[in-house]
Amino acid sequence: MPEITLLEAVNQALAYEMQRDENVIVLGEDVGTNGGVFRATQGLLQKFGAERVWDTPLAESMIAGMSIGMASQGLKPVAEFQFMGFSYPGLDQIINHAARLRNRTRGRLSCPVVFRTPYGAGIHAPEHHSESTEAIYAHTPGLRVVIPSSPARAYGLLLAAIRDPDPVIFLEPTRLYRLVKQNVPDEGEALPLDQCFVLREGSDVTLVSWGAMLHETMNVARALDQEGISCEVIDVATIKPLDRDTLLNSVEKTGRCVIIHEAPLTAGMGAEIAAILAEQALFFLQAPIVRVAGYDVTVPYFKLEKAYLPSEARIKEAVLTVLQ
Amino acid sequence: MVDVAHFSIPYFQYLNEQGQPVVALPDFVKDNQTLFSLYRLMTLLRVFDARAIALQRTGMLGTYPSVLGQEAVSVGLGAAMHLDDVLCPAYREGGAQIQRGVTLSDILLYWGGDERGNVFGHPNDFPMAVPIGSQTLHAVGVACAFQYRKQARVAVAVCGDGATSQGDFYEALNLAGVRNLPVVFIVANNQWAISVPRGRQTRCQTLAQKAIAAGFAGWQIDGNDVIAVKEKCAEAIEKARTGGGPTLIEALTYRLGDHTTADDASRYRSKEEVAQAQAKEPLKRLRHYLTERGEWSEEKEQLLLAECAKDVEEAVEAYKQVSPVTTDMMFDFHFATLPADLAEQKHLAAQFPVGDAHA
Ligand SMILES: Cc1ncc(C[n+]2csc(CCOP(=O)(O)OP(=O)(O)O)c2C)c(N)n1
Ligand SMILES: [Mg+2]
Repeated sequence: MPEITLLEAVNQALAYEMQRDENVIVLGEDVGTNGGVFRATQGLLQKFGAERVWDTPLAESMIAGMSIGMASQGLKPVAEFQFMGFSYPGLDQIINHAARLRNRTRGRLSCPVVFRTPYGAGIHAPEHHSESTEAIYAHTPGLRVVIPSSPARAYGLLLAAIRDPDPVIFLEPTRLYRLVKQNVPDEGEALPLDQCFVLREGSDVTLVSWGAMLHETMNVARALDQEGISCEVIDVATIKPLDRDTLLNSVEKTGRCVIIHEAPLTAGMGAEIAAILAEQALFFLQAPIVRVAGYDVTVPYFKLEKAYLPSEARIKEAVLTVLQ
Repeated sequence: MVDVAHFSIPYFQYLNEQGQPVVALPDFVKDNQTLFSLYRLMTLLRVFDARAIALQRTGMLGTYPSVLGQEAVSVGLGAAMHLDDVLCPAYREGGAQIQRGVTLSDILLYWGGDERGNVFGHPNDFPMAVPIGSQTLHAVGVACAFQYRKQARVAVAVCGDGATSQGDFYEALNLAGVRNLPVVFIVANNQWAISVPRGRQTRCQTLAQKAIAAGFAGWQIDGNDVIAVKEKCAEAIEKARTGGGPTLIEALTYRLGDHTTADDASRYRSKEEVAQAQAKEPLKRLRHYLTERGEWSEEKEQLLLAECAKDVEEAVEAYKQVSPVTTDMMFDFHFATLPADLAEQKHLAAQFPVGDAHA
């Protein structure tokens, strides 16, 4: 079995679920003939036809709103926003309708949509193409926010997201799209939502991250291992709702925690996780929690994006600080 | 120079303001029962509307948007739709909703601050949309589902004149055109968007012509002539059902009341304007027509009013009898399965219950 990238894993999951469930419709800008600007939907048009793969007009509120209408009648739209920075015209529909349709009809109608979008910095992209504003979505009641960090998790989590009866925001880290390859059996096996994944067990400190930052986080954990420091690394994966048990168990064991995310520091999901740990694991903590995050600035255009993204050096320094 | 489009917007009216036929009437008008039913629904809605406003004044309802003067639009539309079509309404479409399994007490329950008012007897219809124009996109999505499943069903969106300035409205029209969707857009042009008059929404001569740019037909109808509303809505809906694609219908009407119970329309429009509009209101003209035809009398009118008042009082009673809300209700319907963190918050809220808050 050939090894595949995260991008190919997304494609594989879409194809699997379209094959399995004819209610699944893929739609968005350039997702058909072109196979998506990153090629995430490549080949789906050829395989499933224009009935199932729709090149839509260029309008994100429309993409969100029509998906809600489709989902209300039992279809399972998987809608793509071309980049996270262009998902915002769809925010009104997502916040005002997708996230609350089930609640405001007391379950009479529901909204099983997946909104996929490439997300994050680090690929030398134009302005507005490097956003990581997951906290906006995570702050919205009624939404699930899921972020894969490997090909296997992209495959398993995307399947789970499509099968989930409620709206899911599925954020695909562009920096990871082609970075690593993995063996991902195409057997339709979903991974659990609402659960963290412990990527590496350790005893000295817990490193909590998600998405592309896990790449640097794992590198730091491996490097520190050489220096005799044992890092536990947690991939939060579903950042809303949070799997508090896994986070608490780990921090109760290690007594120390560094949270790493590329989104801006203030009101980022790191703040939420730190607050939960402070509320529920304070007496296990042997050092203050430290967050390593993007700065509270507009993601810089690509000359400075490396300076914006939390580096391995910053992560390592934070780990050494909490270990002091 | 390329000449790309010349257009005219057809205007349809059957009964004029005095209730006199201006053109040959459609076939359904031959049937007295159909006309009685339309007249009865409009009357019921009017009696209900006054009662709802009174309930708001006594603290029994929250903010309520009156439909006074616009009854023909939603009543005529409701009579033109099939039950298995889907309605995506704004908040003045009660006349259509009550023909589709929504009860008057559901409507009271909703404006009484209770989401259970949206758990009504139609499986697929959307609840009223509060964010202006947003429902037009749900309708095209619903139409996409019908088209994909090759079902002979139609989605109908209703919005106001103000809503036609929204991006969502244009985006919905655009998609409807490009995919030739089985959808009908009804614009209830009541001349006002709160305090902003129609003339300040757009320089377009008609709202109907916005459909032309999306590649399909736009019509104007007299939205106070329930015969025109039913006939032209039915025509557009059946066209959509049989693969003929979308239509936009601009129903010309007038909001005789305040925007909502929280508004005071005397701040921005003249008594003269309202009086002029009053002369064109929809019930009077159908009553005149029925009377001319020898099918209506003052006695029948009084009987009908009494009957409607009774129906409305029953709805008010049913509304008052609804079981109290519990704090659990605000948690239980966000997800198919309650996540652990919400379960904890639900437990917390239950320890701090507060009584039902009216208005
Ligand atoms: C997106 C949005 N903006 C503003 C409002 C506040 N608002 C409520 S009703 C209304 C006017 C709507 O006018 P129109 O579409 O003509 O409908 P009508 O009330 O006249 O039926 C406004 C501005 C809203 N509900 N949604
Ligand atoms: Mg209006």
